[in-house]
Formats: sequence, structure tokens, C-alpha cells
Amino acid sequence: DIYLKQMLESSKDSAKLDAMKRIVGMIAKGKNASELFPAVVKNVASKNIEIKKLVYVYLMRYAEEQQDLALLSISTFQRALKDPNQLIRASALRVLSSIRVPIIVPIMMLAIKEASSDLSPYVRKNAAHAIQKLYSLDPEQKEMLIEVIEKLLKDKSTLVAGSVVMAFEEVCPDRIDLIHKNYRKLCNLLVDVEEWGQVVIIHMLTRYARTQFVSPWKDDEVVEEYSENNFYESDEEQKEKDQKVKNTYTMDPDHRLLLRNTKPLLQSRNAAVVMAVAQLYWHLAPKSEAGIVSKSLVRLLHSNREVQYIVLQNIATMSIQRKGMFEPYLKSFYVRSTDPTMIKTLKLEILTNLANEANISTLLREFQTYVRSQDKQFAAATIQAIGRCATNITEVTDTCLNGLVCLLSNRDEIVVAESVVVIKKLLQTQPAHHGEIIKHMAKLLDNITVPVARASILWLIGEYCERVPKIAPDVLRKTAKTFTNEDDLVKLQILNLGAKLYLTNSKQTKLLTQYVLNLGKYDQSYDIRDRTRFIRQLIVPNEKSGALSKYAKKIFLAQKPAPLLESPFKDRDHFQLGTLSHTLNSRATGYLELSDWPKVAPDPSVRNVDVAELAKEWTGILGKTKKEKPTEKFYSESEEDEDESSSTSASGRCLESNLHLPCLKNSIFRTGHYLKRIRKKFKKSQSYVAAPVSVPTKTHELLHRMSGKGLAAHYHFSRQPGIFGDRMVSVQLTVTNTTDQKIENIHIKEKKLPPGMRMHEFNPIECLEPAGSITVSMGIDFCDSAQMASFQLCTKDDYFNVNIQPPVGELLLPVTMSEKDFKKEQGMLTGMNETSATIAVAPQNSTRLVIIEKVVKAANLGVVPSGQDNIHRFAAKTVHSGSLMLVTVELKESSTAQLIINTEKTVIGSVLLRELKPVLSQG
Amino acid sequence: MIHSLFLINCSGDIFLEKHWKSVVSQSVCDYFFEAQEKAIDVENVPPVISTPHHYLISIYRDKIFFVSVIQTEVPPLFVIEFLHRVADTFQDYFGECSETAIKDNVVIVYELLEEMLDNGFPLATESNILKELIKPPTILRSVVNSITGSSNVGDTLPTGQLSNIPWRRAGVKYTNNEAYFDVIEEIDAIIDKSGSTVFAEIQGVIDSCIKLSGMPDLSLSFMNPRLLDDVSFHPCIRFKRWESERVLSFIPPDGNFRLISYRVSSQNLVAIPVYVKHMISFKENSSSGRFDVTIGPKQNMGKTVEGVVMTVHMPKAVLNMNLTATQGSYTFDPVIKVLTWDVGKITPQKLPNLKGIVNLQSGAPKPEENPSLNIQFKIQQLAISGLKVNRLDMYGEKYKPFKGVKYITKAGKFQVRT
Repeated sequence: DIYLKQMLESSKDSAKLDAMKRIVGMIAKGKNASELFPAVVKNVASKNIEIKKLVYVYLMRYAEEQQDLALLSISTFQRALKDPNQLIRASALRVLSSIRVPIIVPIMMLAIKEASSDLSPYVRKNAAHAIQKLYSLDPEQKEMLIEVIEKLLKDKSTLVAGSVVMAFEEVCPDRIDLIHKNYRKLCNLLVDVEEWGQVVIIHMLTRYARTQFVSPWKDDEVVEEYSENNFYESDEEQKEKDQKVKNTYTMDPDHRLLLRNTKPLLQSRNAAVVMAVAQLYWHLAPKSEAGIVSKSLVRLLHSNREVQYIVLQNIATMSIQRKGMFEPYLKSFYVRSTDPTMIKTLKLEILTNLANEANISTLLREFQTYVRSQDKQFAAATIQAIGRCATNITEVTDTCLNGLVCLLSNRDEIVVAESVVVIKKLLQTQPAHHGEIIKHMAKLLDNITVPVARASILWLIGEYCERVPKIAPDVLRKTAKTFTNEDDLVKLQILNLGAKLYLTNSKQTKLLTQYVLNLGKYDQSYDIRDRTRFIRQLIVPNEKSGALSKYAKKIFLAQKPAPLLESPFKDRDHFQLGTLSHTLNSRATGYLELSDWPKVAPDPSVRNVDVAELAKEWTGILGKTKKEKPTEKFYSESEEDEDESSSTSASGRCLESNLHLPCLKNSIFRTGHYLKRIRKKFKKSQSYVAAPVSVPTKTHELLHRMSGKGLAAHYHFSRQPGIFGDRMVSVQLTVTNTTDQKIENIHIKEKKLPPGMRMHEFNPIECLEPAGSITVSMGIDFCDSAQMASFQLCTKDDYFNVNIQPPVGELLLPVTMSEKDFKKEQGMLTGMNETSATIAVAPQNSTRLVIIEKVVKAANLGVVPSGQDNIHRFAAKTVHSGSLMLVTVELKESSTAQLIINTEKTVIGSVLLRELKPVLSQG
Repeated sequence: MIHSLFLINCSGDIFLEKHWKSVVSQSVCDYFFEAQEKAIDVENVPPVISTPHHYLISIYRDKIFFVSVIQTEVPPLFVIEFLHRVADTFQDYFGECSETAIKDNVVIVYELLEEMLDNGFPLATESNILKELIKPPTILRSVVNSITGSSNVGDTLPTGQLSNIPWRRAGVKYTNNEAYFDVIEEIDAIIDKSGSTVFAEIQGVIDSCIKLSGMPDLSLSFMNPRLLDDVSFHPCIRFKRWESERVLSFIPPDGNFRLISYRVSSQNLVAIPVYVKHMISFKENSSSGRFDVTIGPKQNMGKTVEGVVMTVHMPKAVLNMNLTATQGSYTFDPVIKVLTWDVGKITPQKLPNLKGIVNLQSGAPKPEENPSLNIQFKIQQLAISGLKVNRLDMYGEKYKPFKGVKYITKAGKFQVRT
């Protein structure tokens, strides 16, 4: 290290460079090189480009750990931001925004703002990237960043488009309104955007389109939601409109524009782009048109195994719903012995989905090859697939069954076992004439050792014991002998078999069954003993046996519904295709829900672009890029024409929409509704915030009627998470008029909030009748502090200074977590982050229920299940910053308890501790 | 999007890590190792793994796992495609994408990764741009660098990123101007026991090596463009021209690149250039079996089939094989049970044959299935689909370039079931 330091301080660039290279090598290996920070940071202004670059690499890695020292480098970047060379400006912005030091947030914000109006599109692109970096460093900056995003979305450069849409998706994906005016431009630029940007834009536009256009799927079942619509209009009007929608569907030209402009991208060399277009067609195109994507998806199967894996998963989902799309490519899904197992099973899945009367015989022949595969896991999957084909296509049920019976004599035990399981399922669907097969299977019992298979056979014999009256008792006899050595699964079925035989053929089997029941009674497994007791009570009559035993036969031998053999990919398309969530079949963090089609399209004129504005921008841009014009023309089909034509048609549409004013208003309403719904869903996915366990009824006085000249106000905390924004505590305010005159225009003014605190006011109350009272909601972001929010409550002619001070218990949102997670998190929040106190507990307060009730009433905490009776755990996170707040109450002897709070927010933690103390000690 | 990247070799060592946002601990890879253990075989490690706080998306290339750490929803193909692009870039820079090459050039690797992603979002992935930013290592340059202390980083700033032809670097100059196109076709096929074709299709690519000065504007036309059923393009190709005239019109990147990939319409019958006669059997209740395979030419359009290699994954019960080859040489790896027969050229006068005895583990049951035969071959100067380049025209520059087209047909995933 000393050696490296010396080299860094040497006057020769070659020595410095050598040192930096070694340091980068250390970083690459994950070794700690943070001690060299002071020596390295000195070289940030080096003239040598390579040294400089490597210093940047180092800075980005360690600045977060060495914040004070990192500040030394900032002035260098600030200077570089003003460099005449655009590449230097861009790279300065890049490094500056990658240094994760909170103190420089204002500097970063300023730099981003400036860069976003830089003349160079490359610098603007980097500004778009910096937006996300700043947002993740300080989400507080959201509003200002949205302004920058709004500005950059208007940018006409293909370089910027992808990056700014990416920023939009990360920072404010719910601000669909920002897209309207840029929608057509994005559609038209798309072909010329770089491939990574294309993917992001296509995914965003898919979501956008689902909120703005009506469904092109004509014959689809429409989910009727009249109740919701009734709010806005009468039934008749609604029906009329529905009819209109159904009869005369014409696609919005903007919807068509998107489909038309994405289609050429199916020819992209980038698999992610092709998949993005495919999912767009799947979610947006009329069903008759979606077929065009199949060919391109099948082409991707020629790629490496990772691409194949994802593409096959998506095809599997598609092929369940729309077989026709992939039927012509059936053979492309044939399995090779060299495919990895995960690819094989996916292909098999698709083949099974595509099976129909016409191709089933070819497919079954193909499946025969697979059954003999050396890859036994795959062979077993094939048997399952045959079972599914057999149930789905009745013509071949018998053929399949025969085939499976042949497999029963296979040498491989896994194959036989899987066949037994599948045959069992198939026989259940049509047991009428399969006595022979059951007999055959009974014989197999001597040789098969796989528990599932043995259990399946026993179940079959029991269920259909009347069809094999001679064999069944004998099977029971044999298995009674081996009972003690069987697997639990098998034991349960032996008991079942015994019970069923006892009920149908007690003469022969009474003793045997009793023997088995006796064995079961002393079995080691709890389940077996339990089942034994249950069966004995039900079937063996005695004086105590209740009314149920009369119905024992009906209970045991009831007709059972056949199991459904379903694809694991069924219904997976409720996740947007091509997403991580679809691949995992569970909602990934940050997944954005695709909304349902709106019933009535929101106003299409929002996408119209003002002609004058357009012209102005164009003259600006033309002036700058005149030179590049000819080549540009070659690649993007002259954008100008497109825009012009769209704006002329737009003015026509404007007129049209004026005519339909009432329905327009209505649709605006509805969009609001949708947005809210999307937002709600989004939030749920991000954290595991639970509903409040209890909502306190206690109200606090805001304004006494005497001091309010007859206007009284109370507030209470409704504990509803984030109605106004995810950092707001919701407060319900009840205003009462105790005068004998109307009070008009009640509203909030003159907010005196500590820095950072924000308030979402309620809408002004126009008029409050005498003796009237009204409750409104407002949101306050207390910034996780117990400071007061002061403001004025005003009426038409008066104003009153009031303030709200939250109990710390209301600055929390309950979360659910397992005991294990709780302990893990607690383990990370020790030392400084832990406060505790010993308190006295009133004797009546020492039961679990009372403790929970008292604690959750005092603070908005979630209850964590606890394995120990004397320890009670609660968890929440702070509303503003989402920091965990873990509360533990551990009851000790002699009416005391240890109260422990673990949190990063030590101030609130200690206040909360103080507030909770009296809660448990008082009666 | 992409938070961090870990490169892991086959023995499970993390030999490189890079973070684009705050640092993620190496321990996140434990979930990957767990999945790897469960998968037994490298090919079966799932490309997407979910862990409590992150998602891991990985690819396996050239004996290296590229494991990326993701925190929020992202199209998995986006990441997969990007990781392959990273591996391609290493290949392009160092001639091979191996652990040694990466370790030897760790500084360049780091500089490349820095340029390719910004805050986890792809920034510069075109090789033309990257090569302007960071020069690839050559022996001469590394010698010169060590003497003069100069560097690999380009001293002039690249302009490629700023032009509207982002795939081509500016100021290209050659003394010999050349443009070469390799039309490479692969036959994917499954042949059944009786020798009839279960499935066959042709996948082709045109790889180009273009060394032309200035800003040449090329157009390439085919005699029979209708053969191409489904095509994917390098971004340089003007889609509209192809749609309307079936001509490939483009300003090329400098150097090597893949111009198009295509699939030949499945309506056309695919010619299968080789046939295999096989007799593989295992005797009941005996610890041996017979193996007898002959390869011969068929529908080869009068060209020689060469570079023939046959690989067979024998059943687990096979202990050893005693064979004689009339041509070429064979090896059997008793650990992974793979038989490889390197045949070479097929001469129709004397068909290559491999036959002999298979020794089975005694007492093991007779294998259910006969193994499939995987065959590789090459045919020079033939595009099996019949695709032919008609002409190449150049606009925008005055010099006369040297032009060349080469055709080659290969076996893709060519499998014979027995």
C-alpha cells in the first residue's frame, strides 16, 4: 500500500498509471482499496486521459464510503461541466452524478437542469441518465426531476428518447399525462432509436395504450361493471353507448400508428426488441393481427439457451390462449436429446398446448421417442403431457391410456411411477370399463417401490373395490403385512383401502381392517394416528358412535371429481408478457400493472400537438442540424411530413370532440379513476405495508369553538396509508359550525411548515350550514419528526392560527413480516439503533390480547407472530423514509417487562419508547 | 436496471466484480451457487433466479457465468441480450472470451464495462464506438505503451456517438479497400430411425468484413431474394428499401459484423447432404452390445462434404467401447459417456464406417433407448438453400473496392435418432 501511495505521488505519469491499474485490478477482484482514497483523489485533475478515467472508476466505487474526501473532487467536475467539448461535459456529468454523496444533491440538481438544455443531444442523454441517479440518491427531488423529465420528453433527438423514457419509468411511471403530447413523436422516432431504448419505449407505450384506447378484441367477453358507471350517467345512456362501441369499432389512428411503427422492429437483431414488439402485439393488436409475431419468435429459438428459455416461456403462455398462432410451427418445438432439460420441458409444454385432433397422432409418435429418453426427469414430464393430451382430446383417451399401460412394464421405476400417477388421474375421469387396467396395476404393487405410485394404486383399488371384488381384499392382506415398513403416504392409503373394503365387504375384511387400524393406532406419525382414530370412529359401529357413521359409506365412497390436468402456464398472461414477473410468475419489485382497456376511450385530442409550437421548435432545430439533414432523411422517413399530417387530422378531431362534450368529461373522470387504481396497485407491490390493526377513535382538538368564533375543528389520524402520496400521514378533519349563520369558504392558508414538511390541503369547503358538520381528509408529510405543522384555518372573513402535532405512533405504517425476518432485521439494528427500558406492567395487562390491543392503539404498528408466549413483537416503518421500527415487549417476572425499540430513526424511537411506557403500566 | 455484474468460473470463483450503483456484497452469489448445485449440469442453471432482495439473471458463455444483479422489474431478455453483447465485446477485443484473457486485461475490461453501462442502462454497445474510446490491446501497442507510458485510451475524442450513423466511426482510411461477405447456412434437422426427415430447416447469416475508406453507401442484391422467409437486420440496414425492393441498402460499420440472419421458408424442401446407416443394439441379459455406423453423402450438389464429426451421448450403463474406424479416429470419454468420431472428408468410393463392441456395466438393465447421433459437417462453396448474391454497388465514394462473396453450408443442430 505504501508502495502504491508512493507511486501515486510520483511525478511521472507512467508510475501513476501503473499504480492506478493495480488499484483497478484490486477493485475488480472485490478487494478493499479505500485506504488509498486521499492519494487517488489528488489525481482527479490529471492531464493524462487514462489516469483520469481510472480515477473516475475509483471515485464512483468509493465516494459513498469517503464522502468528505470525495467533495475535494467536485470542483474539477463543476469546471468540466462548462467545457466547450460536449464529450467532456457529458462525462463530467456522468461521474458527478454517479458519486453517491448526499451533500452534493443541490449541485447535481443544478447540473442536470443545465445539461437538459444543453445544445448537444449527447449531453442531454447523459442528463436523462443522471435523473435516475439523483432520484435514487434523494427521492425528495422527485417534483423537480419530473419537470426535467417533462422537458426532455419533448426532445426530438433519437439519442435522448430512450434514456428519458427510462427515467420516466423509474421516477414517475404514473404520470401518463406527460406522454400525451409526445406520443406520436415517440412512435415516429422509434425505428431510429438505439435498440435498448426501443425496448424501454415499447414497454412504456404498451402500458400507455392500454389506458387510452378501447379494446380491439371484438368477440371478447366484456366484464360488465355497470355499478361503477352509474355514478356518472343513467343506465340508458350507458346502454346506448355500449351498443355504439360494439357496433362501430374503429381503431383510433394513434393506436394504429403504434402497431404500424413497431412492426418493422420484429426484424431487429436484438432478441429483447423482438420480444418487446411481440408482447405489444399480444396486448394491443386485434387478435387477427397478433399472428405476425410468431414467425419472429420462432426465429429466436435458434439463439442461445438463455434467449430460448425466456422466449419459450412466453410462447407457452401465448399458445394456451391462441393455439392458432403457433400451430404452423409445431415442428420447431420438437425436442433434441442435446437440449438442456429446462428447454426440453418448455418445448414439451408448448407441444401439449398445441395438441389437437388433427396433429395428435403425429405428436403421440413424437412423445414415444421422448418417453424413452435417457433424461428420466424429461421422460416423466412426457408422461404427464400424454395424460394432459388424453383428457383434452377425447378421441385419443383410450389410445393414450393403452400407451401408458404399456409403460407400466418399463424397466425404469420413475417412468412406471409417473405412469401410475397419470393413469390414476385418467381412470378417475372415466372409470366405467377399466377393471382390467386396475387388476394389472394391482399386480404391479409387488414390484413398485416409489411411494407416490404405490399410494396411487392403493387409492384406485380402494375407490373401485367393487369392480375388483376378488383382488381388493388380497391387496389389503399383502399390504397389511408390509404396513410398518411403508412410507406415510402409502400407510394413509392402506388405511383408506381398509376402510372402504370394510364398508363394502366387511365379511372378508373385517379382521384385516381392524389389524391395520391397530397398527395405525400406534404409528409414529401423528397424521397416521389421527387418521386411524377418525376412520375407526366412522366405520366401526359402537354404542357411542354418532349419527355420522350411518353415512360412512356415502362419505368414503362418494363420487369424487376428477382432477384437472392443467398447464402451469395457464393464466400467466395476467403479467405483461416479456417481463421478469412473467418469467418468475410472481410480481417482481417495481412491476407496473397493465390496466384493462377503458370502456370508453379518453379524449384523443390530448395527443394533438399545437402546430405553432411545432413550427417554432422545428425552425430551431433545422437551424442547428442543417448539415446532417440528407443522411438523416435516409434513415427516418421524413418526420416532418408525418407530424404535419397528424396535426391537420388532429384539428379535425378537435371539432369532433367538442360535439361530444358530456362523454368527454365522463371519460376524463374515468381516467382519473384508472390512474388511482394503478397507483394503488403499484404501491402495494413495493412494500409489504399491511392494513392498520386498529384505528384509534381518539380525536384531538384543532380549534375550540370559543376561539374559532363558532367554528370548531377536530382531527384524528385515520391510519389510511398514502391517499395523498406515499409519504403523507392522513389526517381526518371534522369541522363543525356552531353559529347560527352559514360559514363560507373554509380553507387552509399561511402554512408555516418546518423545512421539508409538506401538506396536502383539503379542497375548500364552499359552505357549511348552521349546526352542520363536515369531515375532510388531508395529508401531511411530517418528515418523520414530531414537529408541529402550523397553518391558518380560514373562512371567508376570518382566520385562525392552528397546529397539528402528531403522536409519534401516527408517523408509522404497520408492516407484516415473519418472526425470522424480524429477528434478522433486529440483528442489524443494534447498538446505537436500540433503545430499551424496563417498565412495570399492570397485572390485567399481561395477557397477549391486551398487550396487542393496547400497543397497536397507541401506535400504528403491525403485529408479528411470535413463537414465545412472553415475547410480543410489532413492526412498522416510518411513513416518510420507510425506515423500520421494531418494537419488542418481553414480559419478565414480577410484573415487569422489557420494552425494546430498534430503529435507525433513533429520535422517534426514543420518543415512541416514552409514549409506550405508560400504555402498559396503566390499568 | 443492471446493478452489478459478477464473473464466475466453472470452479465457482468470482474473479471479477463490477458495480454500477452502490456495492452489492458477493454473498448474493450464494443463491446462484445453490441453484447451480441443484441443476447438476451447467446447461440447466436457470437464467433467472429470484432471491429475497435481488434477482439474478445470468448467461453461460465460454466456461464463464456472467451473473448480473437486478433489483426491479426489467425484461429478462434485455439483460440476457446485453450480457451476451458484453461477452461478444470481450471476444472481439481479446480474441477469446476466457478467464485468462479477462484477468490479463482487467483494466481494459473495466474501462469497457464503464462505457457500456451508465447507472445500469446500456450506453455504448457498438464495437465501432467502443474501439474509438478504448483501443484493443495488441502486442506492439503494449510494448510501446510500457516504454512511453502512453495508454490504451483513445487520445482523440470519439465522434461516433454523436453522428446519426452511430455504428460507424468517422475518418476511416485504407490503402486497400475491400468488402467481403460470407453467406453461411446451417441445417437444423431431426432424422428419425428409418432415415426420413422429421424436421428440417435452414438458418443462414451473412457475416461481413468491410474495410472501406470514408462513408461508403452499399447496396447488395440477390438473384432470389424471395427465398428469405424471415430476416433480422443489423441496425444499419434501411428497412424501407428491403420492404419495397428486396435490396439490402446500408452504410456499413467498419470491420467485422453480422449483416443479416435469415430463415429459409419452410415450404421449400430442405436438401439433407448426408445419410447415416446405423445398427446399434444392446443384448438382453448380457453385458455387451453392438455398434455399427456408416455415413454417406446424399443431395450434396456435387460438392465434397468435409469436416465431418459425429458425437454420441451413450447411455449411462456403457462402460467402454471397442471400435474400429475405417476412416478418421474416435475417442470415448468413459466419464461423461461421450463418443466422438472425427471422420474428416467423405469420399463416395469408400464410405466411412465405425463398428465394434459396446461394453456395458454388468448387472445393469439393458438401456431403454438407443442414443441419438449428432453430426457436424461443412460444405464449401455452397449455400444449400440456393441463395445467390447478385451484385454489390457502392455509392458515395469514388474508389473501386475489391469485392468477394464466399458460401458455406454447415450442420446446425443435426440429429439422427436411432
